[in-house]
Amino acid sequence: MIQIETWKRVLIWSIVAVGLLLALPNAFYTRVETHNDAVKALEKGSTADGLAEQEALWPGWLPSGLVNLGLDLRGGAHLLAEVKVEDVYKTRIKGMWPEIRDMLREERDTVGTIRLQKGADDELRIRISNADQTERAASLVRGLARPVASLTAAGASDIDVTTDGQDVIVRLSEAEKVATDDRTVRQALEIVRSRIDEVGTREPTIQRQGAKRILIQVPGIGSAAELKRIIGTTAQLTFQPVVSRTTDENASVSAGEELLPAKEDKATDGKPIYYLLDAVPVVTGEDLVDAQPSFDQNGFPAVNFRFDGAGGRRFGDYTAENIGKPFAIVLDGKVISAPTIQSHIAGGSGIITGNFTLEESTELAVLLRAGALPAGLDFLEERTIGPELGADSIEAGKVASLVAGAAVLIFMVLAYGLFGLFADIALLINIGLIFGALSLIGATLTLPGIAGIVLTIGMAVDANVLVFERIREELKSAKGPARAIDLGYEKALSAIADANITTLITAVILYAVGSGPVRGFAITLGLGIITSVFTAVYVTRLIVVLWFERRRPKTLEV
Amino acid sequence: MRLRLVPKETKIDFFKRWKLWLGLSGTFMVIALVSFLTQGLNYGIDFRGGTTIRSVAEQPVDVGAYRQAIAALGLGDVSISKVFVNPTDADTTVALIRVQAQEGAESARPEMIAQVEAALQTVAPKIVFESVESVGPKVSGELIQTAVIAVTLAIGAVLIYIWMRFEWQFALGAVIALVHDVLLTIGIFSEIQIKFDLAIIAALLTIVGYSLNDTVIVFDRVRENLRKFKQMPLAEVLNLSINETLSRTTMTSFTTLLALIALYVLGGDVIRGFVFAMIWGVVVGTYSSIFVASTILLWLGVKRDWSKPDANAGTQFAGIDA
Repeated sequence: MIQIETWKRVLIWSIVAVGLLLALPNAFYTRVETHNDAVKALEKGSTADGLAEQEALWPGWLPSGLVNLGLDLRGGAHLLAEVKVEDVYKTRIKGMWPEIRDMLREERDTVGTIRLQKGADDELRIRISNADQTERAASLVRGLARPVASLTAAGASDIDVTTDGQDVIVRLSEAEKVATDDRTVRQALEIVRSRIDEVGTREPTIQRQGAKRILIQVPGIGSAAELKRIIGTTAQLTFQPVVSRTTDENASVSAGEELLPAKEDKATDGKPIYYLLDAVPVVTGEDLVDAQPSFDQNGFPAVNFRFDGAGGRRFGDYTAENIGKPFAIVLDGKVISAPTIQSHIAGGSGIITGNFTLEESTELAVLLRAGALPAGLDFLEERTIGPELGADSIEAGKVASLVAGAAVLIFMVLAYGLFGLFADIALLINIGLIFGALSLIGATLTLPGIAGIVLTIGMAVDANVLVFERIREELKSAKGPARAIDLGYEKALSAIADANITTLITAVILYAVGSGPVRGFAITLGLGIITSVFTAVYVTRLIVVLWFERRRPKTLEV
Repeated sequence: MRLRLVPKETKIDFFKRWKLWLGLSGTFMVIALVSFLTQGLNYGIDFRGGTTIRSVAEQPVDVGAYRQAIAALGLGDVSISKVFVNPTDADTTVALIRVQAQEGAESARPEMIAQVEAALQTVAPKIVFESVESVGPKVSGELIQTAVIAVTLAIGAVLIYIWMRFEWQFALGAVIALVHDVLLTIGIFSEIQIKFDLAIIAALLTIVGYSLNDTVIVFDRVRENLRKFKQMPLAEVLNLSINETLSRTTMTSFTTLLALIALYVLGGDVIRGFVFAMIWGVVVGTYSSIFVASTILLWLGVKRDWSKPDANAGTQFAGIDA
């Protein structure tokens, strides 16, 4: 005789109730979204008008999780950036030069004079005048090596020192490169995150992807180009002493100096201006604690900044000692301006001017506040989806889902009568459960995801069809209705399990290997399989049993 | 009175012309392969890199004028296609412009996109750009690789699963049917040159899942009947099993097709290619689970002598109960 224990009934209905409750907020999408935004703003301490009313739009005791809409549905920008980790090798290795130079100078008696040669970007090539002492110099340099600061490469040293004739060559070791790469990407990720937070858009996705990549998705932003301007600028700011000013781009540069172009300034004859600068900066962007857009005394857009304690002192000392000399404000390898120091600048604050537009000064302030990227970014993939296209897609998806749902519902009743109706109830519960589960895990719904749901609508009835067909077969062999229902479920189960597990395998693989929209599809397909098996095997069965208990039919037509 | 897609009881002999079906499938597979090898797929930017811009103008799209406007920029291979938001539209104001990946740049330079947009504005003044997508050659190469890995992994995993739950002959039959479905889908995409992008890979994998679903249901019944009718010849067992499950096979395929066709007609152009692949896959998958997988099984034969009488073999899931 068919029966289901009471605790199982309670459990099944509870799961259904919880699932539907979780799905509920999605039925009032804009309302709940306004509520959620208001709650967030209130948490941050905002006291703007109307927040309380917005918060009251949705009762706080109800779940407020929503299915995130993917970029293809909401519009926005998507970028896949690769961090140019090699940039950092250069800075790291060049930064070792003073230490190596000082050490080798002390050993002048044995190795002779030393001179830095022009070499590849990621190496130091040092020529030793006493050629027979190259090996000795190399082993001295090796003495400066430090262990790599990483768990996986414990014991390895940070530099590789080799010799080439009269030259000692210093490079970062492979282990150090790996450790540096990881640090660089993590730093870059943080900087990108804080820059996007500064701009203040809703729910950006910023994820590390693989070893060197960062995936950035910002809904609602107008174009990927705009996003690129915010995160693509390295924003390395330095304040460097000026040696001289020239229009000759091939001016001779001695060691410890560098020649950088001016951002816009042109000489009177229209030639671009170059500055010869001391390569060691007095202060850098890292010493900044704050930067705000403002205006200079002539009313032109400018950026106000403040140094931290140590930076302020260094800047103060430098300006006190160099009154009357120019110094350069350098941003990403370009001299923004090179004012002359008028007086001792104490207090650690100052202003950057340089023919900015209002947007430029606002953007620069954001960039300086968020900090500089440790390395440049290469953009491998960029997608902008307009909000209209997204809205059209949602609309089309909605209509298609409704029509598909209605067609399947009607068809099921035509084919299986009352049992078809039971299956239809289960199907509606099933769709509710999918949305509940999506909201619960905070998944993102994409256009292929909607297709996944529509496909699930079609396939969800499969488990029911299997059972009903089986019950029909069992009825043929003249068993009683109760026995036929029981056997129908029992015998169909192995087929349902096999069929759905295989589909689940493909959904899992899709999720693991796929990216972006494909993943969205895999999630809805996978969840759809789980919920449809649950509703077919448990919910429909429970409904059938409830009906059977009330009616006790002598015959059964499925 | 119930609506039925097939009569209450069917006794169709599915293997009477098995040579014809296998031959037909084989021929189509060869045609698909030749088409793929000679003509190739119409890869989207996901797989070949480049930029696509979706434009909406006020007037109907004039492909020639658009082409001329962009050709002046010297951007290499540029393709312009009309996009029909509804499949029944006579003409359209929506176009998709694809520009090949540019030398020396990973993703598109903003200036290039601005140039193309400005050029189009000279032809259609009120044109707006709904989406701009750009994929660098580095990523597109990797995407192809992961796509191939995904499809191979899925087929491999399924092979192992069926092997564990059934016999190796079943697994081989199911996988040959899968390869058949995937190949025919790639074949139709190459033959009518529909854009082949990442979403189509998702569709391919779903087809793998769906076709398998069908095959497994038939096989499950075959396994049951093999135990029930120990003396019945294999061909008869197979026929009986297919006939018994035929009602379910057609019902499920029909409801799925109902949903998919609604999506094809009403779901907008962005996913139309994707949905087309699925519809094709459901049709081919249903066919192959009956005419390819089972025929292969017949051809390979199955071990009938169950030396260990084990009533529960293969039904360990029967323990799951409400």
